[in-house]
Amino acid sequence: MKLIIAIIKPFKLDEVREALTSVGVTGMTVTEVKGFGRQKGQTEIYRGAEYSTNMVPKIKIEVAVGSDLADRAVEAIQAAASTGAIGDGKIFVLDMGQAVRIRTGETDETAL
Amino acid sequence: MKQGWKTAGLALGAAALVAAMPAWAQTPALIKAPTVAQQATMVNKGDTAWMLISSALVLMMSVPALALFYGGLVRTKNMLSVLMQVFMIVSVASLVWVSWGYSIAFTSGGDNHFFGGLSKAFLVGVSASTYGATFSNNVYIPEFAFVCFQMTFACITPALIVGAFAERVKFTPLIIFTVLWMTLAYFPIAHMVWYWAGPDFLVDAPTDYGFLWGKGALDFAGGTVVHINAGIAGLVGCLVIGKRVGFKSEPMPPHSLTMTMIGASLLWVGWFGFNAGSNLESNGVTAVAFINTFVATAAAAVSWAVIEHVVHKKPSLLGGVTGAVAGLVAITPASGYAAPMTSIVLGLVVSPICFFFVTTVKNKLKYDDSLDVFGVHCVGGIVGALGTAIVANPALGGQGIIDYTKFPAVAAPSYDTAAQLIIQAEAVGITLLWSGAVSAILFYGLKLTMGIRPSKEVEVEGLDINEHGERAYNY
Repeated sequence: MKLIIAIIKPFKLDEVREALTSVGVTGMTVTEVKGFGRQKGQTEIYRGAEYSTNMVPKIKIEVAVGSDLADRAVEAIQAAASTGAIGDGKIFVLDMGQAVRIRTGETDETAL
Repeated sequence: MKQGWKTAGLALGAAALVAAMPAWAQTPALIKAPTVAQQATMVNKGDTAWMLISSALVLMMSVPALALFYGGLVRTKNMLSVLMQVFMIVSVASLVWVSWGYSIAFTSGGDNHFFGGLSKAFLVGVSASTYGATFSNNVYIPEFAFVCFQMTFACITPALIVGAFAERVKFTPLIIFTVLWMTLAYFPIAHMVWYWAGPDFLVDAPTDYGFLWGKGALDFAGGTVVHINAGIAGLVGCLVIGKRVGFKSEPMPPHSLTMTMIGASLLWVGWFGFNAGSNLESNGVTAVAFINTFVATAAAAVSWAVIEHVVHKKPSLLGGVTGAVAGLVAITPASGYAAPMTSIVLGLVVSPICFFFVTTVKNKLKYDDSLDVFGVHCVGGIVGALGTAIVANPALGGQGIIDYTKFPAVAAPSYDTAAQLIIQAEAVGITLLWSGAVSAILFYGLKLTMGIRPSKEVEVEGLDINEHGERAYNY
């Protein structure tokens, strides 16, 4: 089992969701986050006061999948979230030790 | 009856009055110094209705308009403190106004042209059958309508000040400041600029006027009395109280420009009562003030957006609405004197000047006028007060001035722009000095006695939770 964490541009969420659904992913968790990488933040000017925000708004997607699905899911996210510009985001893949479906108590791959 | 009512120099474009003279020849002749019983027959229902509506419009400028305009500009943790300050200042100011303010501002001070008397303190002698003069001979409005209209001005002026030191002031000392500042700065300056015996009485009492009115200063709706007066008080306050913790080192972006836009828009709407209502009648000059208020504001909003587009590459909403407010401020003293096209010029000119003050000057001198009360209201007010001398000139389509030393009043035969400009500059200077000095004494006095600034911990955590025990937003 793998936990895939993807940080993407907010406007790409729908495309990524559709791409993941089409390869067979059945669920995900989405969080609005802020962060920075190579992409510079925006400059905001309020009358005379200038603030450069170095944190950029992003969307974090967490998807837990079986090991056989992981590669296809990563490819789907990468293809759907890419614009070719700086700031497209990153995908992290972690090994996942255990999963439990709270309603039934099912564990591991059957719980996903 | 011997009160004066509002305004300006040899004042006002009662051009309509002059035009109407031949028709009046048919009706009973004009009555000099009418008795109260005679005044009762000189009240027009249209005028009365307009003045009451205008009063309500100007109240709306304070609550909610100014409160939201300011509130949106502060950080979330201080939103309620600003709303509460404006709301309570308006409430307290109205009580002070009817207690002694109206009397000090609008009764005769005898030989003293700086303060009125106390003969109408607590509205003694004011009733449903007493009347206030307008700018036309033999036209009166109910005195309560005049008291209410002027009350709304007394309410908004101290409320304007709080923007200069928003996010770092203790509530109770601020309210004490308000009461004292109104008494020592607002009422005297309103008296100096706006008090006079009225068109039917001045002939018999040729020196019964306020100091600046007597000099011939023109201020249709409150450029000096309201905006310069409040603007300089704000600047002094922000200097005495000091900069916010984190000023220039941490971001302090506005928490809701949506609210600021709602507030600015309501200010624009309410300002029709402020400016057009300042004619005290419902006639042609009222419509002049109305259209001037409309177009000067539009021009200033466009002008600010264009400058930002040039300087910052992006026209911001905050810039657009700030320009609109600067335009409203600038047209205020000129609203009944200018013509629509000269109003547009005034609007186009005021925005670059205010923009320069809120960006370059403020950043250079490093004072923390949080919401630009000085840069927009004081500077815009000065531009408007001086500009009034130019746009009032009949040669530019202006309304000119009326000679009230004659009965009936007649249009002044000539208009001297340069001389008027000097008078306007004097009025500006006296207002700056008077209000600046009173404010400095009061702010220092409060600072040294009860303290005017909250502790650093309180300021960092926010005034809402510490001073008022509540939060603006509980998601």
